Amino acid sequence: MQIKAKIMDTEAVERAITRIAHEIIEKNKGTEGLCLVGIRNRGVHIASRLAACVKKIENAVVPTGALDITLYRDDLACASGRAVVRKTEIDFDINNKNLVLVDDVLYTGRTIRAALDALSDFGRPRSIQLAVLVDRGHRELPIRADFVGKNIPTACNESVEVRLKESDQVDEVLIAVKE
Amino acid sequence: MLWTRKDLLGLEYLNREEIELILDTASSFKEVSTREIKKVPALRGKTAVNLFYEPSTRTRVSFEVAAKRLSADVINIAAETSSVRKGETLIDTGKNIQALKADIVIIRHNCSGAANMLARALDISVVNAGDGWHEHPTQALLDMLTLQEKLGSIRGLHVTIVGDIAHSRVARSNIWGLTKLGAQVTVCAPEILIPAGIEKMGVNISNNIDQALKNADAVNVLRMQFERDANAAFPEQLEYFKKFGITSERLEKAKKNIIVMHPGPINRGIEVSSEVADGENSVILEQVTNGIAVRMAVLFLVSQGKG
Repeated sequence: MQIKAKIMDTEAVERAITRIAHEIIEKNKGTEGLCLVGIRNRGVHIASRLAACVKKIENAVVPTGALDITLYRDDLACASGRAVVRKTEIDFDINNKNLVLVDDVLYTGRTIRAALDALSDFGRPRSIQLAVLVDRGHRELPIRADFVGKNIPTACNESVEVRLKESDQVDEVLIAVKE
Repeated sequence: MLWTRKDLLGLEYLNREEIELILDTASSFKEVSTREIKKVPALRGKTAVNLFYEPSTRTRVSFEVAAKRLSADVINIAAETSSVRKGETLIDTGKNIQALKADIVIIRHNCSGAANMLARALDISVVNAGDGWHEHPTQALLDMLTLQEKLGSIRGLHVTIVGDIAHSRVARSNIWGLTKLGAQVTVCAPEILIPAGIEKMGVNISNNIDQALKNADAVNVLRMQFERDANAAFPEQLEYFKKFGITSERLEKAKKNIIVMHPGPINRGIEVSSEVADGENSVILEQVTNGIAVRMAVLFLVSQGKG
């Protein structure tokens, strides 16, 4: 993997998350009935940062959970040993909530499809919205994001690396070329 | 850590990382059973066959529940009502199950090594649900998951296993697993129920339960199988209770928060008193709950390990 360009630095990541937090509040007209669910692993970090921003802006605590979609993947049959199951932690009722699903990169849309299936096993939210830090295109399913940090046009042989302080000691978004 | 095995035959054959992967995966699966819809699609379209040559309710039901929560289809075969009675060999039965395009066979057999033999003969996954005196890996794994949840880590724990060590596959699997994860294991039983050479497995041996409980963080109380050979060793069940039974009086002299485990079914008043079995040190029912998560993890991993 060869790094081609740095697309976002610490400040850019922070500004994008702050803006998305404002947009979520605006679209949902406040925080009433709002909840956040991050997709493992990095979506969980972004979700908890969004929750912190929302708290700063509206002084309201929004329930935040973590979702592992491994068991709902459509390529599980050919994952042969590489699929690692991590904990799902949604310890609040999602019924009739406006639920914002959070992930780092939106690409084919297959992760989001799996997440939507998983959420339907937890209940029936009033609405599900999607927030992502990066949308890199190349959708294979009819899925789009409601809140986007940055649209990054990419080629298929490139990969988008999101690094966050919580797991990678640094906030940045890089484009790398697969070898 | 990648899982690469198509079978789970015993903890003797796994390394520490593999055991930890099963426990971590099981710990993630626990949440599924707390949902309103207790089911995930991970094994949709797969078929698991419970092939049981010995009577068993809890292990069979536990595997069945685990497979169903993963969306697999489950078929139960009890040997006493099957072609086994007409003289079909184990391998032939296994090959017929494979020809039905099943994906996993879960086998319980009274002969040690039956699961290993079947796994060699078949391309599909084989999970050992207890073979003779050899191993009962999922029982040991659920014991270890329970210990980990209650005490944080297995490393450095003192675990005493009391009962018929000589004829216990639960004891053997626990000894393999616990020692690999860095626990100190003491086996405690009357001399005649301690198999020769067991110290080579890295355990301490005791014939005195009060001493064996002294430093223990947990005690795993085996079921006295009076329906099997134990009768010869202990004609008097009451005598066993007096000398080795886990009672409140004995626990008073042990660590305050000692954990009492039992694989079930319990013989109340033989290996453990009712007071202890139902008391606050007992985690016996949590073991049952953890059994589902462990078996989900095992079924998931072996079906991943085939590719």
